[in-house]
Amino acid sequence: MSNCCSSTSCCGSLPDGGVRIPQVDSMITRSDKLKRLAFRLGIGRMSLTVSPGLYALGSPGPEDPVLVSANFKLTFDQLRGSLKGRKAWLLILDTKGINVWCAAGKGTFGTEELIRQIENSGLKMIISHRELILPQLGAPGIQAHEVRRRSGFRIHYGPVSLEKLGEYLESGMKATREMRRKTFTLPERAKLIPLELVQSWKVCAGAAALSLILTLILHGAGGLTLLYDVLPVLIALASGACITPLLLPYIPGRAFFLKGAFVGAVLSGLFVALSTPLLSQTIFILATVVAVSSFFAMNFTGASTFTSLSGVKKEMRYALPFQAALILIALAGRILAEVLQRGGAV
Amino acid sequence: MRYLKDVVTLEFDPERCSGCGMCIEVCPHEVFVPAGEIVEVQERDRCIECGACMINCASGAIRVQAGVGCAAAILDGIIRNKEPSCDCSSAGCCS
Repeated sequence: MSNCCSSTSCCGSLPDGGVRIPQVDSMITRSDKLKRLAFRLGIGRMSLTVSPGLYALGSPGPEDPVLVSANFKLTFDQLRGSLKGRKAWLLILDTKGINVWCAAGKGTFGTEELIRQIENSGLKMIISHRELILPQLGAPGIQAHEVRRRSGFRIHYGPVSLEKLGEYLESGMKATREMRRKTFTLPERAKLIPLELVQSWKVCAGAAALSLILTLILHGAGGLTLLYDVLPVLIALASGACITPLLLPYIPGRAFFLKGAFVGAVLSGLFVALSTPLLSQTIFILATVVAVSSFFAMNFTGASTFTSLSGVKKEMRYALPFQAALILIALAGRILAEVLQRGGAV
Repeated sequence: MRYLKDVVTLEFDPERCSGCGMCIEVCPHEVFVPAGEIVEVQERDRCIECGACMINCASGAIRVQAGVGCAAAILDGIIRNKEPSCDCSSAGCCS
């Protein structure tokens, strides 16, 4: 392989019968960490792929374990980092730079790709055993019995979390029940928030525009305020894309759109109680914040680890009409209240 | 954390089950548990329809409609009038 991995940790290569195998270590450099941070914040479009194929972690021999993973740099780095002080072979599949779990769902972390990488790397001539360790979350894409039949390699599914990989190896490849469960802890949820915020800007801009245009029409430019036209949008964003994910298990309702609506209602209720807008603006703010917060929370289903496609489809059958109705109520309610107010009725 | 009740498409046929336990090994939410010589579905509502059990069952005892549980992908599918899929072109739900 003339093209080494794109990570800065590539520190040489092992000659092996004419085929040079890139050698990597367990060091995560500052550059690696910066790239990870940038990715989590949605900044930059740098390539986060590594070249697929076989890598040597340290100086492994024919008896050392073979760990299979994806060619997403963050995954590759995390794998290396979890193996400090160990020697192992890393067989990296071409998942187009996507992490293991998503790639498995799409089929790119799949049976055919695994067999291809086994063959292309000449693994059988390098390794004396016939065992592969795969991440458990790769299982949706891998037909273990088929891989065994066609390549001769037996698959062991390792822990869900790389943090447990060392323990798994130490125990002789025995996985505990905890190792096999996918959690969704507070830190795991929190890590996803920056990207949710970054991706929400279009809806935020739309909601703010709606409010600003209405105020402009009803009260003229003099009526535009940050307080009533812009702040509610930020409240909806904080509510649906930040607080709902953080407090997910504690918020009433199983459907995400309901959780978002609940938090939105509480926060917008507090807001109008404290800032006492006109009736027309109150209706508009309450309805819009609940709808937008509900929408953002609904979108969080894609980043969560315990939702099913059937469940999300069912949820959306109620969520979308709910949110649309609220927006209509917001518009109609505000205009109606405005008209009545000017007529002296309220 | 619990999601919606009674929605998943998971189907298990105990007649075909060989008791190999692969479903128990690959399931990230402990949906299956040992039951004598074979297995049984204990926590159906925890199933996320990832399909790991189905693809790793050599006996063909499991069926599920696997797919991405992602509202944004479904919404996108509705707008573009096609099946929902994670196209992963943006660093969105994937990664």
